[in-house]
Amino acid sequence: MSSYDIVIIGGGPAGLAAAASAKREGIDSILILERDTQLGGILNQCIHNGFGLHTFKEELTGPEYAQRFIDQVEELKIEYKLNTMVMDINSSKEITAMNRTDGLFHIQAKSIVLAMGCRERSRGALNIPGYRPAGIYSAGTAQRLVNIEGYMPGREVVILGSGDIGLIMARRMTLEGAKVKVVAELMPYSGGLKRNIVQCLDDFGIPLKLSHTVIDIRGKERLEGITIAQVDNHGKPIPGTEEDYTCDTLLLSCGLIPENEISRSIGVDMEPVTSGPIVNESLETSVEGVFACGNVLHVHDLVDFVSEEASAAGRNAAAYVKAGGTLGEKSREIPITATCGVRYTVPKKISVNRMADEQIVRFRVGAVYKGCYISAYLNDERIIHRKRQIMAPGEMEEIKLKKEQLSGFDGLENITVKIEEA
Amino acid sequence: MEKRNLTCIGCPMGCLLTVELEGGEVKSVSGYTCKRGDDYARKEVTHPTRIVTSSVYVTGGAIPMVSVKTANDIPKEKIMDIMASIEHVQVKAPIKIGDVIVPNAADTGVDIIATKDIAAV
Repeated sequence: MSSYDIVIIGGGPAGLAAAASAKREGIDSILILERDTQLGGILNQCIHNGFGLHTFKEELTGPEYAQRFIDQVEELKIEYKLNTMVMDINSSKEITAMNRTDGLFHIQAKSIVLAMGCRERSRGALNIPGYRPAGIYSAGTAQRLVNIEGYMPGREVVILGSGDIGLIMARRMTLEGAKVKVVAELMPYSGGLKRNIVQCLDDFGIPLKLSHTVIDIRGKERLEGITIAQVDNHGKPIPGTEEDYTCDTLLLSCGLIPENEISRSIGVDMEPVTSGPIVNESLETSVEGVFACGNVLHVHDLVDFVSEEASAAGRNAAAYVKAGGTLGEKSREIPITATCGVRYTVPKKISVNRMADEQIVRFRVGAVYKGCYISAYLNDERIIHRKRQIMAPGEMEEIKLKKEQLSGFDGLENITVKIEEA
Repeated sequence: MEKRNLTCIGCPMGCLLTVELEGGEVKSVSGYTCKRGDDYARKEVTHPTRIVTSSVYVTGGAIPMVSVKTANDIPKEKIMDIMASIEHVQVKAPIKIGDVIVPNAADTGVDIIATKDIAAV
């Protein structure tokens, strides 16, 4: 069995940044395992621009952003295997993987970085009634077909869900000559970024119908049409509001789910809200030496933040290996409670002596909040009270906790992050 | 004084911008967190522009499509003209990021360039 100091599961933006940062910290024995035919992950099909403003101070497309990190991995001579599927990892950090050249093989790792990303919620998970004809795709599948494979999925399109990939695909299909008739969103707010509503829908006059869903799908062989209806506060269709659309294509953009089958096989504790592993300040899961970053941990809006998070995970994995399999002595872990509109936080607990001088805590809110405050408390003392013009579930928020403030606080039991009205 | 509220499209931050106009002239911009927001607001209320991204067919490459973009932003009303200019374009691998795919696309003075390396096979 071969062995590596750090094995990184996934060669997308998170895996690449984690690998580069671990290597720069002085770890030579690193292996990236990637199941696709190329490095770069989902960025390869995200050909639109707007990536990298935070990281590179310029506006790049997805493939360009990916290439910057692929170049780093090549320059740093980091080993990777493509077309390789990881089948299982056990709690002793023994990895079982397979590909066409090596067959089934095992690798022993000292440390593992989980960077598998996420997948799209499928029609099966949405329980849409009606026939099951051809012409129904997840928005990401359509994106891959158009941008990488060179096929148009159809000519008359309805999109269910206003996630970013759905919005981006509304524009992409329009540019390629299709007619996008409507984007229906179950929630009373969009799940995507505001900028994408502006430049993908408004620019092309594509209507967005909030509080609407698809209630029927017609067509036996090929999709012929769908019916949408308005929904009430409980998401139930309101009789009398049905509208029929003829279309040959239905794209689904109804949420992303971290892909954690392997994390579960290792046995890491999971956070039900994010469907990702629970991590501490070092992005370490409940299994020592196993770290998580990027969309497998929680779904991000900005790849820049994925890269930043993954660099930290890579750095911490390197520190763990260099110290002989430990991150150093752990002080008592302080739990972070997410409440009053804050759905979760990453990290979920902090060991103060191990935290960086400034710890970024990221989270999402559960509804749209206007003119409210993000507040953070140490026990009962409020230390952060920041006004936000608007907060929405589709946009990740963050606060920064300072180590000196936490270590100087006597009897710290709990950190609370919440939304407060003005 | 006319006030217009915009959402910056420069990056996924989506800053909320307020532009104050007087007689069609920009008096002030507020709400941005970087210079791009200021630039975007001034352009958007006078002559809106966009970067157009798409993909074109490749022959002899490791994958069948190469992603492309306009090297700079182009007038918003020219978006479909830009798309028409690449409709039948086919390029040969190898291709490097930054290679010009269509010079002076749709007479905008802006080139369409590749945004992905494609190795020849």
